[in-house]
Amino acid sequence: MTRVHDMGGRFGDGPVEPEADDAPVFEEDWHARALAVTLACGALGQWNLDTSRHARERLAPKDYARFSYYEKWISALADLLVEKGVLTREDLTGAAAEKTHALARRALKADAVAAALAKGGPADRPDGPEPLFSPGQAVRVRVPADSRHADGGHTRLPQYAAGARGYIERLHGNHVLPDSNAHGLGEAPEPLYAVRFHARMLWSHPEHPDDEVILDMWQSYLEPL
Amino acid sequence: MPHDDPDHPHSLLPPEPALRVKALETILTAKGLIDPAALDGIIDTYENRIGPQNGAAVVAKAWTDPGFMALLLDDATAAVSSLGFYGRQGEHIVAVENTPQVHNMVVCTLCSCYPWPLLGIPPAWYKSDAYRARAVREPRKVLADFGVTLSEGTSVRVWDSTAEVRYLVIPMRPEGTDDLSEAELAALVSRDSMIGTALAEAPAR
Repeated sequence: MTRVHDMGGRFGDGPVEPEADDAPVFEEDWHARALAVTLACGALGQWNLDTSRHARERLAPKDYARFSYYEKWISALADLLVEKGVLTREDLTGAAAEKTHALARRALKADAVAAALAKGGPADRPDGPEPLFSPGQAVRVRVPADSRHADGGHTRLPQYAAGARGYIERLHGNHVLPDSNAHGLGEAPEPLYAVRFHARMLWSHPEHPDDEVILDMWQSYLEPL
Repeated sequence: MPHDDPDHPHSLLPPEPALRVKALETILTAKGLIDPAALDGIIDTYENRIGPQNGAAVVAKAWTDPGFMALLLDDATAAVSSLGFYGRQGEHIVAVENTPQVHNMVVCTLCSCYPWPLLGIPPAWYKSDAYRARAVREPRKVLADFGVTLSEGTSVRVWDSTAEVRYLVIPMRPEGTDDLSEAELAALVSRDSMIGTALAEAPAR
């Protein structure tokens, strides 16, 4: 089974509401603070991007549905800080004494922000298995689509593509496998492909016979046809 | 290993989101784990320095410089890096070109992946459940929400950003723009046209 964030293809969400190009980047000041606190905590080096995505996905479905975007971020961050032992529950309630943390030496300083954001975190790796598939080749997405690495674990394989036949569009090279990396099981890099699907392979009522959906998929998500 | 703690620690913080953020920021600052000046620097970067003007500069250059367009389609990460656009959430870029036959559109159904160094922080609609849920199944109805209608002869390719590859749509250059400078062209390239939910604007006459 999948989790609440895996919503591609879901019915009933209503219209998309466009915004002007000159709308504020952050609607509320606290949105900006939530983003900045989350990025700054990432710099403490206690988890990776895949772990933090999984923390948001593990919010209870009722919270995921009712929380606004940055509410999800800040709530998942609080959960992750406690889960990784950076903070205690007492810290969150204000019951713990305030003192400098052992990780404080790793805190992101103002003069290091530009370099940290410019550096980013490339996901490509030189090692890993050779590609099994080549552009144009037909493949099928594996079933079941849930994580093979952990029960209820992180994966980037959306449910709507499970079992579908597609075609290799391009090879991106070897990339870190989130299914493994999110759980501290190693980066396990493997070939990553853009895979092209006819909309009619995904939906019983596609809008147009020629429409297509392309997803990035790791080699272990795919089977030869 | 994942575990679903029914008693999520976040519930120990104030429920009101602005207060929840403030409380966590205060706790982390007191312990020296975050530096408020660094937070200001992060916010300034994405509020004032990085935004859709970067992507628009890439598109305008591609429209006017065939060599750059070729590089952009072959190795977009290198092409945009040569203009100084790289970094977090833009480590691996692929550019996809709209033509009369194919209209490209980008979504992240699983979260909100987006090419930050080129377009900045995503707008609220890109992060909304409605866009994430609908873009892959009914892209033409979503385009209608943006006032865009494609011809029957144009197929739609929706790119679901499931990995760390970030997609940039190169919209079609509007007609009647042969005499415009690169800067004038860039002004026609909206954020939404580089996500694929709008077309580049025709110049005002």
